[in-house]
Amino acid sequence: MSKEAILNAIRRGLKRGPLPADQRAMLEARMMARPRHLIPARSRVPRPDQIKLFIANVEKEFGSVTRVADMRDVPGAVAEYLSQQNLAPRFVMAPHPELQAMPWSDRAMLEFETRRAEASDLVSVQHGYAGIAETGTLMLPSDPARPTTLNLLAETEIVVLRASRITGPYEDAWDMLRTERQDPVSGGFMPRNVMLVTGPSRSADIEQTLELGAHGPRRLHVIVVDDDPAALPG
Amino acid sequence: MVQITSPNFKENAARAIGDAGLQKALGKAKGAFLQRRGDAVARLPEFEQLREIGRDIKNHTLAHLDFYLETYAANVEAAGGKVHWCSTAEEARAAVLEICRKAGAKTVTKGKSMISEELGINDHLEAHGIEPVETDLGEYIIQLRREHPSHIIAPAFHLNREDWEKSFREMHTDLPKDRVFSERRDILTEARTKLRHRFLAADVGITGANFLIAESGSSVIVTNEGNGDLTQTLPRVHIALASIEKMVPTLNDACALLRLLARSATGQDFSVYTTFSTGGRRPGDLDGPEEYHVVLIDNGRSNMFGTEFQEMLRCIRCAACMNHCPVYGVTGGHAYGWVYPGPMGSVLTPTLIGVDKAGHLPNASTFCGRCESVCPVKIPLPKMMRHWREREFERHLSPVATRRNLGLWAYVAQRPALYRMATKLAVSALGLVAQGKGALRSLPLASGWTQGRDLPVPEGGTFMDRYAKTKRGA
Repeated sequence: MSKEAILNAIRRGLKRGPLPADQRAMLEARMMARPRHLIPARSRVPRPDQIKLFIANVEKEFGSVTRVADMRDVPGAVAEYLSQQNLAPRFVMAPHPELQAMPWSDRAMLEFETRRAEASDLVSVQHGYAGIAETGTLMLPSDPARPTTLNLLAETEIVVLRASRITGPYEDAWDMLRTERQDPVSGGFMPRNVMLVTGPSRSADIEQTLELGAHGPRRLHVIVVDDDPAALPG
Repeated sequence: MVQITSPNFKENAARAIGDAGLQKALGKAKGAFLQRRGDAVARLPEFEQLREIGRDIKNHTLAHLDFYLETYAANVEAAGGKVHWCSTAEEARAAVLEICRKAGAKTVTKGKSMISEELGINDHLEAHGIEPVETDLGEYIIQLRREHPSHIIAPAFHLNREDWEKSFREMHTDLPKDRVFSERRDILTEARTKLRHRFLAADVGITGANFLIAESGSSVIVTNEGNGDLTQTLPRVHIALASIEKMVPTLNDACALLRLLARSATGQDFSVYTTFSTGGRRPGDLDGPEEYHVVLIDNGRSNMFGTEFQEMLRCIRCAACMNHCPVYGVTGGHAYGWVYPGPMGSVLTPTLIGVDKAGHLPNASTFCGRCESVCPVKIPLPKMMRHWREREFERHLSPVATRRNLGLWAYVAQRPALYRMATKLAVSALGLVAQGKGALRSLPLASGWTQGRDLPVPEGGTFMDRYAKTKRGA
């Protein structure tokens, strides 16, 4: 068995046998406690500044952001963004209840389907699970209501994110997922796939010079919904 | 399969230095990496502390790797995935082929993976009638040109824009011959269009892994293009290739290392896509692969435990060492003659393919120490290269002239009176030859050295003479 061969070779090198029970218990305890390491000071700031930092970092990474006061304003913000970019008012949307509950009929010219994305889709509207201010990163865990293809196949991805879901560091976003989700297969919290997305797709493979729009979306637009009174700009 | 040409490093390097196209590409690219990493590090005041944390996390994991590998494998299987333990490259190739065959695969898309290069996955699949398609932009052109990556994160580091245009015109024969590539973006767009069809048609997607996470049984890929994500999302089967040292215990440990990786590699604060995969499609999911396999590979790494090279297993493959290496900067990656170039390659290659084939790669170093000073997990690369030099010497693998001269030097250096006499003689002899000039343009028996530079003539006697004078003065 290669498994035993590999484990034994490692143990031989470490000059010991399999770990005794007390040491295993110690390592298990470390995994349960999952100690946090140094968290950079940049994201440990008051709530309004965390939101500002998130937005500044998305923009630094060539994404764009609009901020709206209420979920009801999202359809208008989508329509406005598409027209600014000269894009047809047509998109594929994640079948997420929060997105579906929005007053889309207010904007009758918007056409959309709720499903996974296909290669022919030009614009997708995704539900943002969390935002990470530290680097302007979106956390997008896979879920029946949040298909992964929406993050990949369309040329333009629009992500709707509540301000209350913006954290400082990555660790806080993982803790949210840990407490909120239970996986139907493993019983743990990890879904099949979690994408941390920071800006639109790019490549520097040609002469180490950055070009936007490699295989994923060329544009990434985030609509931040101000649902958190503590996070409003002072 | 990468043909091993490491034994010919000297000839490879000489050829590389004379290659105008390569020198142009290297000249353009080098500065960009250095500048970007420097800026990213300057933006994060805690970076130096994080390097120590990164080193400690990896050391802790390696010291208990047997435990973490078993925990990891159990968690992969709890999430519906399958782990294939492989001691050797042959086992890993066979495991990949078997999964592809069971899936009835005709084409396989691939994300960028250096372990795939190490194993020679592409040739193996091709030999069995399955077409592998590289989808990372750099890997794609390398595959079109039937070459190998010259850099671990920038495979086409050695190519200029003209080379891209030429290869695309030669290979994409279905497109109009008179099309114009006025910007780099046009090259990118053509590749995007070509590869989109391949992504949709593939039966299996193969990626590498930057990290494996024990607590959740996840594999992590870090990319900018999105090709790795398309590779692992669209086909029915996803295979992640990962060597055993990619392990970290928890997501929080991974967060600490991820803060180091992109900054050290491309000088980004964070890469565009950092994606965690755990098992296959869940009930109700509308997309994603139905099967998730991890091919877990040793291929010589377990032999590094307990040796002076164990610390090399901390490497997170960021490429900062080669980006900052004056030798890599003039020879490029192909001269190193196998998969891993630069300082990390000089240390790793002899352990993986043998000191007899690659034992002299560690001589390709000026021992300037920049590699160690930028390594995000503080691997003492120069120290390890010295260990290899010692082993090479002990095993009589170094050239006769080198061995004889080193022996002579050791004899003299261990006898202070003789050493002083010899240096005194050398100083006056050089003074005579120079006839009052400050530097020598050529020197008998040392033309190899003086060909590229002048030898400054010693002035004012030997060190011991001057030391004796100052002592008297004091």
